[in-house]
Amino acid sequence: MAKQVCYEDVEVGSEVTPLAKIATTRMLVQWAGASGDFNPLHYDEDFAKAMGVGAPIVHGALKRAWLGQLMTDWIGEEGKLKKLSCQYRGMDYPRKMKTMEEPRDGETWWCKGKVAKKYEERDEHLVECEIWVENGKGERTTPGSALVALPARKRK
Amino acid sequence: MTNGSLITDELRKLIGVTLDTIVFKVEEGAIQRYAQAIGDPNPLYNDPDFARKTKYGRLIAPPGFTGWPAKAGRPTEKLFAFLVRAGAPQRILDGGIDFEFIEPIGAGDVLTATTKIAKVAERETRLGKTMFTTAEVNFVNQKGNLVLKSWATIIQF
Repeated sequence: MAKQVCYEDVEVGSEVTPLAKIATTRMLVQWAGASGDFNPLHYDEDFAKAMGVGAPIVHGALKRAWLGQLMTDWIGEEGKLKKLSCQYRGMDYPRKMKTMEEPRDGETWWCKGKVAKKYEERDEHLVECEIWVENGKGERTTPGSALVALPARKRK
Repeated sequence: MTNGSLITDELRKLIGVTLDTIVFKVEEGAIQRYAQAIGDPNPLYNDPDFARKTKYGRLIAPPGFTGWPAKAGRPTEKLFAFLVRAGAPQRILDGGIDFEFIEPIGAGDVLTATTKIAKVAERETRLGKTMFTTAEVNFVNQKGNLVLKSWATIIQF
C-alpha cells in the first residue's frame, strides 16, 4: 500500500498517480457480465458498424470505473471520494486476443489526473481534480473531474 | 414541438416524472466480479475477511457500483423504451455520468433506485441531429438513507 496522501502534500497542479490499463475484447466480455450491460455495441462487429462506430467499442462505464480506481488508489484508505464525473467523448477500441489470456500488441490506456483546486469547507479538506483517460495517441477520450476529501496532517 | 425537433411534446411531459423504481440487493459475489472486471485488486472490494475488520464491516462496492445488474445511473432498457415510445431516436450511446457519493454501499445492502428524466436537450453534432437526456437516479438504502445520486447522459441520434 502506498503512503497515505494528505491535504498538505498536494498543491494545484500536483499529479494524481497515473494508472495504466489495457482494454481487450476479453475484458469487455467480462465487464458486460459483471456490470449487466449486454449492449451488442461492445461485442458484435456488424451491430457496431450499423451504429456508426465502426467496430465494437470499450464501454464508457468501464472507463469511468478505471477513473474511480485512479482516484481511490490515490486518496488511500483515509481519503473519501465525494464526486466523480466523466464524459464519454472519444471511442476506444479494445485490443484483440492473441491467446486465451494474452492480448495482441497495441494501445495502452492511461488514467491520469491533476489537482485543479484545494479548499477547506466546514470540517473537510477538499481537493478537486481534473481527470481523464488517455488513449495510445495521447488523446483524452474520457475527460472528467473528481472531488475528494483528504486527511489533514495538522489541525489549525 | 418545433419544426424538426427531436424532442416531442410527449417527451417533454416525461421530464421530472418518476419513470422507474427498482429494489435490489447488493451481493458480495457481484461486488467481487465487478472489481475483477475493472482489474482493481483493492481488498475492500475483493476480500470479505479483510473488509470485515475495517470501519466498513463488510465488502464495499467500488465507486459507482450498486449491485448486479448495474441499473445504477446507467440508462436501463425500461428507460430507453419510455424514450423511444415518446418519439426519441433509436440509436443510443452512453454520454457520460456524474456521481455524488454520500455513504458507502456494501454487501448485503438493499437499495431502492428511483429514476427520472431531469433534462432533455438537442443540438447538431457529428452524428447529425442529436438528443441529450439526463437521467437522474437516487439510491436509498435499507435504513432509508440517501447513499448515492447519479446523473447519466443518454445520447440519441
